[in-house]
Amino acid sequence: MNDQLNHLKARVTAGTMTRREFVGRAAALGVTAAVANSMLAQPARAAAHAAPVKGGTLKIGSSGGESTNTLDPALTASEVPLDNLRHLYETLVEVAPDGTLENRMAESVEATADAKTWMFKIRKGVEFHNGKTMTPEDVLKTMQRHSDENSQSGALGIMRGIESMKVDGDNFVVELSTPNADLPYLMADYHLMIQPDGGMDNPGAGIGTGPYTLEFDEPGVRHGFKRNENFWDAGNRGHTEFNEVIVLNDATARTAALQSGQVHMINRVDPKIADLLGRAPNIEVKSVSGRGHYVFIMHIDTAPFDNNDLRLALKYAINRQEMVDKILRGYGSIGNDMPINASYPLFDDSIPQRTYDVEKAAEHYKKSGHDGSPIILRTADGAFPGAVDAAALFQQSAQAAGIPLEIKREPNDGYWSEVWNKQPFCASYWGGRPVQDQMYSTAYLSTADWNDTRWKRPEFDAMLLEARGELDTAKRKEIYSQMGRMLRDEGGLILPMFNDFVDGVSTDVGGWTEDPNSELMNNKAPIKCWLKTA
Amino acid sequence: MHPILILVAQRLALGFLLLLAASALIFAGTSILPGDVAQSILGQSATPEALANLRRELGLNDPAITRYFAWLGGIVQGDLGTALTNGRDIAESLGGRLKNTLFLAFWAAIIAVPLAIFLGLLAVRYKDRWPDKLISGVTLASISIPEFMIGYLLMYWIAIKLRWFSSVAIINDDMSLLQKLDAIALPVMVLVLVVLAHMMRMTRAAILNVMQSSYIETAELKGLSGLTVIFRHAFPNAIAPIVNVVMLNLAYLVVGVVVVEVVFAYPGMGQYLVDHVSKRDVPVVQACGLIFAAVYIGLNLVADIVSILANPRLRHPK
Repeated sequence: MNDQLNHLKARVTAGTMTRREFVGRAAALGVTAAVANSMLAQPARAAAHAAPVKGGTLKIGSSGGESTNTLDPALTASEVPLDNLRHLYETLVEVAPDGTLENRMAESVEATADAKTWMFKIRKGVEFHNGKTMTPEDVLKTMQRHSDENSQSGALGIMRGIESMKVDGDNFVVELSTPNADLPYLMADYHLMIQPDGGMDNPGAGIGTGPYTLEFDEPGVRHGFKRNENFWDAGNRGHTEFNEVIVLNDATARTAALQSGQVHMINRVDPKIADLLGRAPNIEVKSVSGRGHYVFIMHIDTAPFDNNDLRLALKYAINRQEMVDKILRGYGSIGNDMPINASYPLFDDSIPQRTYDVEKAAEHYKKSGHDGSPIILRTADGAFPGAVDAAALFQQSAQAAGIPLEIKREPNDGYWSEVWNKQPFCASYWGGRPVQDQMYSTAYLSTADWNDTRWKRPEFDAMLLEARGELDTAKRKEIYSQMGRMLRDEGGLILPMFNDFVDGVSTDVGGWTEDPNSELMNNKAPIKCWLKTA
Repeated sequence: MHPILILVAQRLALGFLLLLAASALIFAGTSILPGDVAQSILGQSATPEALANLRRELGLNDPAITRYFAWLGGIVQGDLGTALTNGRDIAESLGGRLKNTLFLAFWAAIIAVPLAIFLGLLAVRYKDRWPDKLISGVTLASISIPEFMIGYLLMYWIAIKLRWFSSVAIINDDMSLLQKLDAIALPVMVLVLVVLAHMMRMTRAAILNVMQSSYIETAELKGLSGLTVIFRHAFPNAIAPIVNVVMLNLAYLVVGVVVVEVVFAYPGMGQYLVDHVSKRDVPVVQACGLIFAAVYIGLNLVADIVSILANPRLRHPK
């Protein structure tokens, strides 16, 4: 089987087979779509080894920019500001495309055997854009700013487990109250960009150690960056002379700009047109399966969802393959009611896949003793792309099992403040996290702020903490497997699909590598790619 | 004092009252929307602490009335304040956007208004013959198609297929006038197509109305050519309704073009306003609302005054 797969992989790399065909063939060989998709990440990487070309102006058309944006990493939440951050700043470590850690501002990372004390040796001779040398004190100040209770940082939640931080010679030292083998992954969070003096005085100044310096900043319109001549890692990043991020929130405008050659790369290609766009000359559609997923969430402490039979009935009543085919147009893979898939390290692929089963759904529904009144499912276009259609599909497939769903369409505006995490049953999405621990801690720990399914199980929490401090990967994998199964069978999460990141790229762009962490190569395409004809 | 000056003064005073009322309405409107600015800034990734901190910092814990009057006090002194979301000076960022919006509106109007009036006159001249039907048909079709659709169609044919103009209409101060005009060519075309029909139909209707009068018949009988009759005798008497419609459309070009701005990524005020509404950034919404209201009130004032000036009976009241 391996030979056959390798042959298929070679064909994809050579361009004689599309990604979807590959996934289909691989499925015939008994490989799940998620695994097949991640297998493709490897041959694609080999193609990137051409020598970078220096110079030129790279233009990026991106959705997710508003005139309210700032360059303060603490307040960053959407795509364009993320692109901007990657140009200007760097974190201590980054999550590499293969899921390992890449040292950036930290030269090396070490932990004590109990995984409670972590030492980040800070790289020497790195300069900020203002000419100041980056020191361990700057790192400390940055982390203090994000963990300050008065801070508005989106990273505040993940900084909470830290007991103390200090500078020790060239090292930045973190002491934890409970062991955490994944701490460096937390330090890779995009909010934690190292700024001079921690950005205490002017966090939105755009002064960092990144490969580009700020040239102009017009929020909601465009952002311009010039190559940082002093960049410490110039061999690997910052190939183009000038980059411009153009805010193109409208999907058609974005596609048109790529087609007419006004931008070199765009994010969020609508899956409906991805195949068509890929056929255009000079344009390639790049898709990579990631950890992001589209979900329907139930509050398991609220009737009728406090009844596990009803939850199971709903989980069996959703047609996952149909969702992937119709909502994602094949640019994604089916989910298994747990937020973890093969893109995560330590994933257990022996957990059985749940499928659409009308009889089982009807049986559980009957057992739940639900009075037959319609179950209200809230959705909105903004919940995830295609959420309204997905809810309608869900309603249809549940109908076949005799489960009455009533769709209540909510306005996009205010959906995240009024519906999500407030109403007992609604559509939502998750961006995924680099490691299982972070995903579970963010949304499935009893005390998590974003526990949007109200999953509160002391035994689950205990397993999470145990796995977190466990340095033996085999044991860790076993614990994560148990947790996944538990959530799959009892949780309030209905997870029909993991979505791919679909980007459109001009064939003039060199150096593209697949990165499952986020779209546009984890927002690093602008700083890692080059223009072949520059 | 001349009665017209008194009238203008009265209208201006009323305009200010209207603006005040509009600002109160906008403030109330944004206040009852679900969620607040802190929630919107932090989005799905909001933690309760971060929310509480941001609310305190932005002064959202004060009662709404206090916030409204604090804002009003600033406005009276010419201070629009700073945006809650990114701490930028509103007057500065709004100024650039307003300039862009007026730039686009100006060029659209410069083409659309004379064209619409000319086509209207032409339609009257050839009433019920093929030029009239063609003009009406085309303009009615263009007003019936949603503007984003016209935008996409032009984008596909002109920007992607023919590559004559750019589909991204971003302009900035470093560009020359010619470069700017090149960049905004497509949005100007769309806007012209959208506003043309309304003005052209009104011109046609108003002039046809006058054409029934007996003095037009006299003019025809003394041997004047068709177009001269329309220009010299019919048009001056039809000016009031035409100006009204023109002003309405000009106002639309300033305040109602957010869809076109989005489609062509044009950095105008519409997109700026929408972004800040969705983030509940009240000071910016207020400032935009005030400007939009001022544009509407101002243009309507102009329309009124022009109709009075154009009508001798109103110009010299007994």
